[in-house]
Amino acid sequence: MNNELLNELTFFVLAVFVGFEVISKVPTILHTPLMSGTNAIHGIILVGAVLIAAGANSPLNIALGLVAVTLATTNVVGGFVVTDRMLEMFRGRQQAKKE
Amino acid sequence: MTTLITLAYLLAAVLFILGLSQLSSPKSARNGNFTAAAGMLIAIGATVPLLHFTRAGVAIVAIGVLIGTVIGTVGARVVKMTAIPQMVALFNGVGGGAAALVAVAELLKFGMHPPFSEALPSVLSIAIGSISFAGSLVAFAKLQELMTGRPITYPGQQIVNGLLALGVVGFAVAELAIASVPFAFVSLMVLALILGVAFVLPIGGADMPVVISLLNACTGLAVAATGFTLNNFALIVAGTLVGASGSLLTKLMSDAMGRSIGNILFGAFGQVRAGASAAAGAQGRSVRSASAEDLGTLLAYSQRVIIVPGYGLAVAQAQHAARELADVLEKRGVDVEYAIHPVAGRMPGHMNVLLAEANVPYEQLKEMDEVNDDFKNADVALIVGANDVVNPAARSTPGSPIYGMPILNADQAKNIIFMKRSMRPGFAGIDNDLMYGPKTVMFFGDAKDSLTRLVSAVKAA
Repeated sequence: MNNELLNELTFFVLAVFVGFEVISKVPTILHTPLMSGTNAIHGIILVGAVLIAAGANSPLNIALGLVAVTLATTNVVGGFVVTDRMLEMFRGRQQAKKE
Repeated sequence: MTTLITLAYLLAAVLFILGLSQLSSPKSARNGNFTAAAGMLIAIGATVPLLHFTRAGVAIVAIGVLIGTVIGTVGARVVKMTAIPQMVALFNGVGGGAAALVAVAELLKFGMHPPFSEALPSVLSIAIGSISFAGSLVAFAKLQELMTGRPITYPGQQIVNGLLALGVVGFAVAELAIASVPFAFVSLMVLALILGVAFVLPIGGADMPVVISLLNACTGLAVAATGFTLNNFALIVAGTLVGASGSLLTKLMSDAMGRSIGNILFGAFGQVRAGASAAAGAQGRSVRSASAEDLGTLLAYSQRVIIVPGYGLAVAQAQHAARELADVLEKRGVDVEYAIHPVAGRMPGHMNVLLAEANVPYEQLKEMDEVNDDFKNADVALIVGANDVVNPAARSTPGSPIYGMPILNADQAKNIIFMKRSMRPGFAGIDNDLMYGPKTVMFFGDAKDSLTRLVSAVKAA
């Protein structure tokens, strides 16, 4: 097993624990925004999509790259915007009275 | 340069973790989302120096980002709040699809014999990403009512699904062990897509939130696997964070329904239902109903009212009417609270979002554990468009498909006003004994209309 793979495995295992730890504290009322927020974060696949699309030179790669970038961008942008839309509606008693 | 990029990825990962932890309180949640979005911008920005653009590459990146931004923004902006769960399913599915396609493109680069350490994560990403893509689309179609929300079952289904799963594993192994032939991974992808569809079909609409959450975790893992293929730290960490948190969320949701994940995924719901609805063939039983005026008086002279909102309230767009009723009651000194079941709406927390949209202060929203002991002191439990979450069969009838699900103790209130459009059963398709109870009064009609009539009746009382 080479060093790079070992490093990657380390990140992977640590991230599993951080993922569990961070989420176990979220109250039920925020579960929908949370699901939507984590959904936006896996839109990081856009980084991968851009990496393969940028160097595309065959028709097959161009097609794959175009679709991948489009889908990944939809995931990122849609995910964050829809989460924000949900969260801007959570207001405290005082804010609600003001309006 | 590589050091700087790695540091930027590290910063992005820290921002993702901070963002997720800020999501744990309503006050900081919105900032949490911004924090995560900032992390995303940094991760994408840091990737730019790594790119060696071909002429076609520039064009497809520009076009793809443009189209994706338009679809994402418009979709997220125009979607109705009631349709949020299926929108999340859709955004999740496209992410899974993207992960699979990136893995395919990366695998193609290696030609016939990719090194095992690259091929294994690619194959995993293709399989999991495709399942997530197809499964999410079916979940979307079920929730959007493009197809029936009921479980679709046929004889031998478990066997067919088992064979499909074996096929996916088989082609994955073939791909790894023999050679990277296009036939093997195209077959792998096609089979995984079919498996995604077949896997979600037998699961009922009521269980879709759990499925979406699981597929969300799957997409995270597919992204992490792609990260291993590309040796990209940002993808590995962010994908794994989502995979881990999504798995935990899935478990929390199924716990809230009082069922194991296996029970939800492998179709026990559909099998029990036939027996249960036959047993509950009690259409002839009588119910009490009352006029808006009577109910208005009952509410106006109560000390404590607990509103139990369900999906029916959201469908009728009655959140504002419910808040108006709460306002007039509070003005008269009545103590009003909302009892939110963990799976009220179509997703945990969904109902909170819908009520927040109507400016209901979140201090009034009580979670099940917080409010369940209060019902016996409540003068009125006002059930608006909810059904399964107050069905006492969950406590008393072992054969019922919802047996074991924690429910709101609305049946312990001194009076129960059950607002419904008709006697039709709820999402789980079973009859509710509470409607026939001696303390229960039915108030039929569209939830919004009925609430508005109650508001006038309370004002007049």
